[in-house]
Amino acid sequence: MGYPNNFKQFQSQSGMSAPFHTKHSPPPPTPNATEGVLQTTKSLSNPLNVALFITCLTEQFTPRAGVAATLVLERLGCHVHFPAAQTCCGQPMFNTGHHADAAILARRMIDVFEAFDAIVTPSASCAAMVKVHSPHLLASDAAYAARATALAAKTYEFVEFLSRVLRVDLTALGARHESSATIHPACHLRELGLMDEPAKLLATVDALNLRPLPARDECCGFGGAFSVKHPSISAKMVEKKVDNVASTHSDALVCSDAGCAMNIDGACRKRGVRQRIISAPEIIAESLALLPREPAP
Amino acid sequence: MSEGLLFPPLPHRIESRAPAAARDISLQQFVRHATVTKDTGRVDACRAAFGVRYDDLRRHAGAIKSHTLDHLDLYLETFEAAATRAGATVHWAADADSANRICLDIARRVNAKVCVKSKSMATEEIRLLPALEAAGVRTIETDLGEFIVQLDGDAPSHIVTPMIHKNRASVARAFVRDLGAPYTEDPGELTMIARDHMRRLFARAGLGVSGGNFLIADTGTLVLCTNEGNADLTVSLPPVHVAVVGIEKLIPTMADLPVFLKLLARSATAQPITIYTTCITGPRRASSTNAPADADGPRELHIILLDNGRSQLLREPTRELLRCIRCGACLNACPVYKAVGGGHAYGSVYSGPIGAAITPHLRGLHNYPDLATASSLCGACFHACPVHIDLPAQLIALREKSARRKISPAPERAVMRLWRWIMQSPLRYQLAARLARIALSRLDGMDIPLPGPLGAWTSCRATPRPGALDFRAWWSTREQSRIGASGGPVVHGEQKARARAGESPPARKDGGVA
Repeated sequence: MGYPNNFKQFQSQSGMSAPFHTKHSPPPPTPNATEGVLQTTKSLSNPLNVALFITCLTEQFTPRAGVAATLVLERLGCHVHFPAAQTCCGQPMFNTGHHADAAILARRMIDVFEAFDAIVTPSASCAAMVKVHSPHLLASDAAYAARATALAAKTYEFVEFLSRVLRVDLTALGARHESSATIHPACHLRELGLMDEPAKLLATVDALNLRPLPARDECCGFGGAFSVKHPSISAKMVEKKVDNVASTHSDALVCSDAGCAMNIDGACRKRGVRQRIISAPEIIAESLALLPREPAP
Repeated sequence: MSEGLLFPPLPHRIESRAPAAARDISLQQFVRHATVTKDTGRVDACRAAFGVRYDDLRRHAGAIKSHTLDHLDLYLETFEAAATRAGATVHWAADADSANRICLDIARRVNAKVCVKSKSMATEEIRLLPALEAAGVRTIETDLGEFIVQLDGDAPSHIVTPMIHKNRASVARAFVRDLGAPYTEDPGELTMIARDHMRRLFARAGLGVSGGNFLIADTGTLVLCTNEGNADLTVSLPPVHVAVVGIEKLIPTMADLPVFLKLLARSATAQPITIYTTCITGPRRASSTNAPADADGPRELHIILLDNGRSQLLREPTRELLRCIRCGACLNACPVYKAVGGGHAYGSVYSGPIGAAITPHLRGLHNYPDLATASSLCGACFHACPVHIDLPAQLIALREKSARRKISPAPERAVMRLWRWIMQSPLRYQLAARLARIALSRLDGMDIPLPGPLGAWTSCRATPRPGALDFRAWWSTREQSRIGASGGPVVHGEQKARARAGESPPARKDGGVA
């Protein structure tokens, strides 16, 4: 398969961090660090060793996304690993300001994942934690600062990995999904500069009727601890999101973060709105016939 | 009266006002409609004018501001010298009280009975209007929105659009009640009523007060941007003008101004430029050898440079908050600002994301203990900011400070410590996850209110439903069958060992990684 070739090319382009990184991103890795990353990329004929970072919320609430991600990545020629020691990236502690606690888990994250060629996660917010925040959190940690930057440079949100690294052509692979869907791109995709990526990728799935979501870029009101610390505000936000999703009458809502999915799904069920909510890996796996279509809820 | 809205008893919690605002359907509609219109207008206007270079432009604007702030001492003195040369009087006010005192002294000295005031957040912040009124100077807000808010004894709820929480009918009622006007909801007629009323006051006013959008250091120029022209009348008709301007409003030169004018109007109201943009350098000039006398302008021009806590923000990393040009784009983009029905819930002159980020610094973190947590960190504000202020990062920094100073709730700190401890061990994590899954499976479909913070979840959401399959079980079954297929018992043992060690990939075993 030709994909690893693209990855290598991609990595060698200007230290590989340039296209994605926002102000907060770490500086491009030093030549040595880049060499380190490149060393792990096997010769072109060998498959990439991709680690699935499933994330705790996905594992517990939408584990099918992990299964789907694994099957899709394997279909695309990657050698998928699941490091069993993985737990949490530290995002909840980081966002609530408990940075010493967050740093402990951020370091753990590096220990568990740094040896792989690429780290792929179906959760946008966890990707943002690893790619954007951990390098800053660990910037003054002599033992981990450079490693955090290196890990950030090879961690990808699932859709990003497919479209920008593997550059898959779903149409050519025969992806087909006879249904309608609308997309709620998680807010952390905005942070990663990937807001339009899920729609671009899914537009290449044959027969999939993508419907525009009104106020697409507006937050669903999850925000982790925010949802329980400010219930009236969060409730108002998710109420609006459910209204907008329901107004599209789509078979599925595709959502790039297990937190958003849990929030929107909970609000839908509370209100008696029957809405199937799935992750990007799941709808792609279904479209490639790697997973059976799930019935509506 | 309006005082309590923006200056509530402290400590103030946004949660004390948010639930009522969330239930107020008409308030929700006004605020949502206005902010969505402005936000989409901003996006379109910036895309049309700047295209893909937009991000470069806002970084450039941020860099100009950052540079000025990095050398603020130099630029303040440059400004003072230039403004003084041009004939203005520059005053330094360390806090609200001294700024008000300076202004009241001027009002007394010139014996002003009526003061016309154009819209200014800085004067709102120091409560200049009530101070003038208390000293017997009748003061009239001349920005239409502020004027209506003043008539109603209300308070502004948006940095740019003070009456975003009101509609035409409430304006009509206020004009009937206070100005004796006939009832009309026609915007043109309403504007004419206000204009007739104000023009008479402009003619009588002994004092004009404004804020300032920008101060240009090398020329000593005050820049005012409005859409109604009221600032121009405020400056040019009364004999004496006082501008109260925060020290962060400086920019180095006139050449820097267009960058901000382009961004300010598009970000605030989706206009290419504000209808009136006025640069005032010194008071009215008498004739000289090279120029005739000025036809208009105030006899005296006073510029009060206001600190009021700003210099505290100069320390990194809060310095970037001082880049703010008060365009209100972050308010319009913010889903929380919409959900709490505009600015009043914040209990602060500055609302929305920028308000949540600066108020705890200006008025005490302990006085606004839950303001920084009232954000889902969605980043819409950062994305909208024309001077590239990373507002989510600023809010997280405030949360970090709250946790460090034990201002955040003790149970939260305990939960985060516990969570971290659980997540340090895969075994503890899987055990905790199993317990949570069992508990949630029992609760599934029961729709009962849960106790404590979990009740906040169930108030509008069903309990989370754990996934039907167990990913790790699926993974190991698959691995087993794969190993079975390749038929090596040794590999099986190796697999287990790998799992125990946290699975290192083949690359490492092969010695492929240095």
